[in-house]
Amino acid sequence: MHAGPSVLAAFLASLVEFVEALTVILAVGTVRGWRGALSGAAAALALLIVIIAVLGTALTRIPLAVIQLGVGTLLLLFGLRWLRKAVLRSAGVLPLHDEAAAFAKETDAMRRLGGGGGWDRIAFGASFQITMLEGTEVVFIVIAIGAGGSGLLMPASLGALAALLVVILLGLAAHKPLASVPENSLKFVVGVLLSAFGTFWVGEGIGLDWPGADGSVLGLIACFLVVAWFAVPFCRTRSERRLTNAAE
Amino acid sequence: MHWIKSVAQEIFGLFVDDGHFAIAILAWVAFSALVLPHIPVPAVAKGPILFIGLAGILVDSATRRARR
Repeated sequence: MHAGPSVLAAFLASLVEFVEALTVILAVGTVRGWRGALSGAAAALALLIVIIAVLGTALTRIPLAVIQLGVGTLLLLFGLRWLRKAVLRSAGVLPLHDEAAAFAKETDAMRRLGGGGGWDRIAFGASFQITMLEGTEVVFIVIAIGAGGSGLLMPASLGALAALLVVILLGLAAHKPLASVPENSLKFVVGVLLSAFGTFWVGEGIGLDWPGADGSVLGLIACFLVVAWFAVPFCRTRSERRLTNAAE
Repeated sequence: MHWIKSVAQEIFGLFVDDGHFAIAILAWVAFSALVLPHIPVPAVAKGPILFIGLAGILVDSATRRARR
């Protein structure tokens, strides 16, 4: 298995999660000060790195076929959920995620809590929690992508690390939520990639012979992309028909 | 610890937001694991069969949600 698709999938999926965490950390830092906000995020990141190291090592002791079936199934649940949501958002059935609105809501919540000054436990806790929540998703993605084949954990980790660096740099440069990041398009692509990986790992885990061996991952990516692409107008038509019927 | 509960809920939410969708995926994976290796079709067709089932579940679930 080539490392390229693993790096790309981990990078894009992690990018989405880190952008969501950045929005909250920026809100906490802006309202309550940067010391608590940044130390909370740093503490959570350190804990997440330990979890990746421990889980990554533990997974090497489980038979590969078992990991491929288990992780592939989880990847399918995760990837197809994202893809379904991205299709429904693209079709206008579900509203798009708005980072600017999330930032406004979080800053308002932080202001209402009052206090601050000195060691701000609220800022530390809020940053720690959001980094743990979004970071847990990144840990799962890295381990799920990396555990399916030998030597894939490091490329997947590097993809996530690159996403973290990109988001930190963009956050330092912009100092505001990254509302212009095309979140739904990213989720669409990541949903396709993770669904393709999940299908491939499950097939490998149950001993199926893929036409084209490892190269079939690229075929699966193309097929999921086509299916999701055509599902968007299909869902839009169904939704519009429902609204028209409801209005009559 | 409130954040541990939040993380546990977040982990569950990673995989499931529509119960029927998640159950359909699990059922198809279970069917594929238990039945697919034993049915008399060419070996190279079994992977595509796994994919077609998953793609069908995706389209069906998204369409149902759009109609609601």
